[in-house]
Amino acid sequence: MREGLEQWDYVVAALCVGVIGTLLLVGWTLAAMVRAERRRDKVRSK
Amino acid sequence: MHGFANPARFLRLARWMMPLLLVSGLLLSMGAVLYGVLVVPPDRLMGETVRILFIHVPAAWLGMAGWSTIAIASLVELVWRHPLAAIAGRAAAVPGAVFTAICLATGSIWARPTWGTWWVWDGRLTSFLILLFLYFGYIALSGAAQRDMAGGGGGNRITAIFGLVGAINIPIINRSVVWWNSLHQPPSITADKSAIDGTFLWPLLIAALGFSLVFGGVVVARMRTLLADIQAEARLRRKAMA
Repeated sequence: MREGLEQWDYVVAALCVGVIGTLLLVGWTLAAMVRAERRRDKVRSK
Repeated sequence: MHGFANPARFLRLARWMMPLLLVSGLLLSMGAVLYGVLVVPPDRLMGETVRILFIHVPAAWLGMAGWSTIAIASLVELVWRHPLAAIAGRAAAVPGAVFTAICLATGSIWARPTWGTWWVWDGRLTSFLILLFLYFGYIALSGAAQRDMAGGGGGNRITAIFGLVGAINIPIINRSVVWWNSLHQPPSITADKSAIDGTFLWPLLIAALGFSLVFGGVVVARMRTLLADIQAEARLRRKAMA
């Protein structure tokens, strides 16, 4: 018996996981880098 | 090659390389994914779910490429004591783990309408799940090694050995669909031929290239973060000793 699954629901869910996951990774990485370099510069200037 | 072992030289290079990798990677990967969703026709067997592969396949490739980076960096660290090698290995761990998790999640979402189940304990899926756990172990171990640095411990060497030993899982993942019966299809792209029609193959290759550039940009940015942390800690330690 074939299930009547709406394939587009799965496509949209997978795209959300992939795209949002990638963008979160990039955003978090850049924020951590800026924070770490700011802290290093602050320590150096003291 | 040893010229780039100098952190100051690496930082000069990273300053222009990182934005270039991230911007070109995001444009290429998101463009290819959009093309895959809006332009590519549905597949004869998979139907609309073929569009999931424009994210799933690059994520799988990067999950394995991430650990290969860790293994090479570990080898370079153990053999040549390259000062940036340990940092490169640690920098590849988080993006590698994220792409492995994305691969598992999107694969599971693809499997439900295609195979009729979210998950099967076959060779490919299980070895990929083990890869995710290996990443968690490596991240925990490298974090502990970093904290141990002040005590002069050999944590970095243990982390590097773990990175090398874990690499045994990469050929297992690659050959799992050949060695064991599986719902997962055998390799679609080999060195001399591709079983994928050009309509799907080109956007897939562009998506893989784009996500790889993003991965490279994230690794360079994480290396800058780790270097800045090490430099700040070293300065604070010197001040405390003075």
